[in-house]
Amino acid sequence: MMRRAMSLAVLLILFALPLLAMAQAQEPPEFDNTEQEQRYKELTTELRCVVCQNQNLADSDAQLAQDLRKEILGMLKDGQSDDQITGFLVDRYGDFVLYRPAIGGNTLALWLIPGVLLGGGAIAVFVTVRNRNRRLAEQQQKGSS
Amino acid sequence: MIGRLLPVIIFLGLGILLAAGLKIADHKTELPSPLIGKQMPEFALPILGREETIVTNEDLVGEPFLLNAWASWCPTCRVEHPVITDLARSGKIRVVGLNYKDEKADAQAWLARFGDPYDLTITDISGRTAIDFGVYAAPESFLIDSNGTIVFKQIGMMTPEVIETEILPRLEQWSKSP
Repeated sequence: MMRRAMSLAVLLILFALPLLAMAQAQEPPEFDNTEQEQRYKELTTELRCVVCQNQNLADSDAQLAQDLRKEILGMLKDGQSDDQITGFLVDRYGDFVLYRPAIGGNTLALWLIPGVLLGGGAIAVFVTVRNRNRRLAEQQQKGSS
Repeated sequence: MIGRLLPVIIFLGLGILLAAGLKIADHKTELPSPLIGKQMPEFALPILGREETIVTNEDLVGEPFLLNAWASWCPTCRVEHPVITDLARSGKIRVVGLNYKDEKADAQAWLARFGDPYDLTITDISGRTAIDFGVYAAPESFLIDSNGTIVFKQIGMMTPEVIETEILPRLEQWSKSP
């Protein structure tokens, strides 16, 4: 009985070991206030990691993402605005870091194409439905006369 | 008539769009640097092995050079090392190393083992200057002209083709019209 309890305890401790790695991997940043924490969270989820390009800065464990998070925290504590902070990254890595890039010459197509496609689709559906209704109405008229 | 051609036109349009997308996708992990055409960022970093000497961006202005960001932990840097060495030995351009987020001992051991092609190597242990250069994956190389302007950036491995098509033509042009 005693031995079973012992081995159970050992097993439990072993299962808990990965938690140590987690605790080491991510030091939680220290914020001055909750507003700063909120802005930090928003900025890091809005900014893309340049190393693992399908992740945002908040989720990425890449070394550079950690460094950039540290930079962002430092800039927040310096009292810089959100625009200044995203500008810092755009100046160095380009529009790519933004999930929602500013509307400008080279991103205009990116912003317009979805709307154009949606509008075109809506018009196509409208025209098709109207023509079919007309045809049906004509057929009905022929049928009744 | 137009009604019948419309699907064909839409199909062709989509086809062109997707083909362009595929072409872009070939290079999708390489981001165009917004720093091209701009002055290199300010920095003040110690020289590897002579840490008491600090080099600033101003110190490097005057003649064109290639700034090669490398690290001992970076396997691709090992692969491109002979290419960088050949370029440095050709004497056509000054090659400066930017040792990126490395340990001093590891960096020196790496150079001792594979050879040191660099005129000098500046050390960026924190990686802060590399962020200003927009470095996101070592190796990266920057061609900087005699005014200190970044004119070309190679992301990833330097190859003989890139030297042939991007670097040497610019050097020739500069030597003609200084």
